[in-house]
Amino acid sequence: MDKRREVAVLSELDKKLINLLQHGLPVCERPFAQVAEQVDSTEDEVIAHLVDLKERKVLSRFGPMFDAVYLGGAFTLAALAVPEEDFAKVTEQVNSFEQIAHNYRRTHYYNMWFVIGTESVEEIEQVVQGIEEKTGLEVLNVPKLKEFFVGLYLPV
Amino acid sequence: MSENNNIALTSLEREYIIATQKGLPLVAKPYHAVAEQLNISVEQVLSMTKDLQERGIIRRVAAVPNHYKLGYQYNGMTVWDISDEHAEKFGQMVGNLPFVSHCYLRPRFLPKWNYNLFAMVHGKTPEEMHQLRSQIKELLKDVLVERNDDSSQNIPTQSNDMLTSTEILKKTGLRLKDKTA
Repeated sequence: MDKRREVAVLSELDKKLINLLQHGLPVCERPFAQVAEQVDSTEDEVIAHLVDLKERKVLSRFGPMFDAVYLGGAFTLAALAVPEEDFAKVTEQVNSFEQIAHNYRRTHYYNMWFVIGTESVEEIEQVVQGIEEKTGLEVLNVPKLKEFFVGLYLPV
Repeated sequence: MSENNNIALTSLEREYIIATQKGLPLVAKPYHAVAEQLNISVEQVLSMTKDLQERGIIRRVAAVPNHYKLGYQYNGMTVWDISDEHAEKFGQMVGNLPFVSHCYLRPRFLPKWNYNLFAMVHGKTPEEMHQLRSQIKELLKDVLVERNDDSSQNIPTQSNDMLTSTEILKKTGLRLKDKTA
């Protein structure tokens, strides 16, 4: 199995830290000292565990999470209905566009779903057209009209 | 809100985003490194962080876990065809469910795509995924749109579906480019 997909072995302190820090970290000069108090530990121990979790890739990133719209670009979600026999070729064609941020295979007639992130709205159109020309398939382009919630919480 | 708002940031705020978007260092005083890089005081960095958070530019300061390492092997994009007049109210209700990580209203493209509400769920087993989908369905059951199947189209028209991910084909972060680099 893909190594990224292996389930990590976690201590009780690891679990407490993962659950607490997904919600948020206090914004102050020594945030881990405050976190340590909440989990009955010490600042040094908390930092050591977090460094370990990051090295083991249990935590991928740690810090401010920005709303992508403020990063000054344009985004959309798009999909293709790819014939099974062409899937590998089309994956390569789509991924070759540097503006493709995420791409997932999903169980549906539309079996390839990807996020396009660009510097401008015009560039989104160009990428959509580029993908259609390269793959010969019609892109389903569904930009968000309204956002209700974004925030992942996975309790352990 | 559209996906392409251009919100004016000060040049210092842009520098702050570039300095922190890859994450904060895991040290006792993580904001000191940012202060040094931006050539401002730690107090200024902390007040800027709080201000950006209040303005919604920072969603939160937090840790991002790897789903798979925590045992969440499945992610499902549940999609729903709900009546337009109820979309905002019910979209918000679905977004408020604790197990929904992303929830958006998106355009339909009839007849090939009839779903306007998207809600992402995560689970450890296929059974758990179906259970989460059922909970959303219970909430939306009175506002789901029933459409007549168009047999001339080779696409089934249902009121809802769940598109489970079976493979990551590409995953890179969205980043603000450092234009000075």
